[in-house]
Amino acid sequence: MTNLSINTNLAREILTGFVKSEITRIGISRAVIGLSGGIDSALSCALAAEALGAENVLAVRMPYKSSSKDSLEHAQLLIDQLGIQSVTIEITEMVEPLFKLDPNMSAMRKGNIMARERMIVLYDQSEVFKGLVVGTSNKTEILLGYSTLYGDSASALNPIGDLYKAQVRQLSRAMNIPAPIIDKPPSADLWEGQTDEKELGFTYEEVDELLYLLVDQRYSPLEAIEAGFDKTFVEAVTRRIQRNQFKRMLPPVAKISNRTIGYDFLYLRDWGT
Amino acid sequence: MKLNLALAQINTKLGDVEANLEKHLAYIEQAKAEKTDLLVFPELSLTGYVLQDLVAHVAHKPVDDDPVFKHLLNASRDLDLMVGFVDEDSRHRFFIASAYLSGGKVLHVHHKVYLPTYGLFDEGRFFASGDSVRAFDTRFGRMGMLICEDFWHASPPYLLWLDGADIMLLSSASPGRGLNDKEKLESARWVERVTKAYASMFTSFVAHSNRVGYEDGLHFWGGAMALDPNGETIAHGPYNEEALTFAQLDLNQLRRTRARLPLLRDERINLTASELQRILQK
Repeated sequence: MTNLSINTNLAREILTGFVKSEITRIGISRAVIGLSGGIDSALSCALAAEALGAENVLAVRMPYKSSSKDSLEHAQLLIDQLGIQSVTIEITEMVEPLFKLDPNMSAMRKGNIMARERMIVLYDQSEVFKGLVVGTSNKTEILLGYSTLYGDSASALNPIGDLYKAQVRQLSRAMNIPAPIIDKPPSADLWEGQTDEKELGFTYEEVDELLYLLVDQRYSPLEAIEAGFDKTFVEAVTRRIQRNQFKRMLPPVAKISNRTIGYDFLYLRDWGT
Repeated sequence: MKLNLALAQINTKLGDVEANLEKHLAYIEQAKAEKTDLLVFPELSLTGYVLQDLVAHVAHKPVDDDPVFKHLLNASRDLDLMVGFVDEDSRHRFFIASAYLSGGKVLHVHHKVYLPTYGLFDEGRFFASGDSVRAFDTRFGRMGMLICEDFWHASPPYLLWLDGADIMLLSSASPGRGLNDKEKLESARWVERVTKAYASMFTSFVAHSNRVGYEDGLHFWGGAMALDPNGETIAHGPYNEEALTFAQLDLNQLRRTRARLPLLRDERINLTASELQRILQK
């Protein structure tokens, strides 16, 4: 059994410091976060509230007509507990016209459209509230590519992207995120009854352990199989990591000049700050 | 003889030398008010760490008429200083460097010898590596400077010891990594373990100054340390925040420790040299 547990005090200190530094260094003091009612966005909200002060955090709830009532209620629990600002903007009327153009539209397409619509709303609120969009993707889903490109993966900074799902849970407990949010099955809530684990075909517990060996400990797939993981599972996960690399980077620019963005024009985002 | 040492674990503005110089001067004033003899800044304290294509833009020469160093040299009339910067040589090679300034003069410049170019590090892409490890004399005795990866290798501290350094000034811009369920980050535990080992094995004073703050997702953890020739901690700065950590070095401790534990006396340099010769000829 791999030990994924972390020193939550230290994680909390480093991650709140990160949110504070990366937002305030460019002269901004506020954050905007899409709050789904799930654990990842709850944790990002809690970190941002601790970093910037509750009054400087805007939680944006963006339900679709089929979104579970629990999601809204759980989001409210967190908003009340943290005392952060909030706004609810329903996306149904924005996405339905597009859905209607194709009666045969798949759930996957609809899910992607909703995720991208939420991104549009969030970035619009970012301008209204004068805050940066704080990301809510964890390391497990980034590695698996379990996200919509330019949808839920879009953000200005991401404090939880180096935490596996199990570590998100551990830190969420330490930060007193309401228990119903921590305990419910993770779901993108894009259609009724959807859960991450049903869709992925494995549990977070299993895949976190495997990813930790493959990524953090640099195990080869073969070594992971020797360590006791099922061969088909290891191969499926390895393939997912590879196939989703495109979601983890900016689109490659075709190089023809001597100095090309992405290859030899190299500066951090924090350039000059 | 006592040396009042201060370790400045500062945050820096990436690529903004002027702003960083202002911060240096403010810390110098603060240290002066506390009767500090020697103030030590972290690696690349005048420039920030992940410089990439900013390297050429932030380079300076440690000379009197340099717009940055003239202020620092002037300040060094009141207290000795060690600062981190990008040094440009006459043939336009760029080095990660530490300069020791005293009495308005540059006593020594060290160019980082080991440039980590693996994992999250990419120094070898942007910098030339130094080609010497030398101790130098100061008004407090003989010292040596090493920069971060230099002391992840055992040979540079060993060479400084043999070259007469009784006080080793180590500086870092060490990105925190390896968070697990332990009390400290893996990177912090590693650095603290080896600095303690060097002080113990070389029966010397060791001081480490590491920066704080963030550059994109990288976080620098601070935790400045001063150790005596017994390997005991004299002072330990806080983690993750700017601080000026003071440590009084009782230089007579060198004599007391080495009278008890004559590791330096018994060190067989010729044996080391002849075995190295043999290994090199293999």
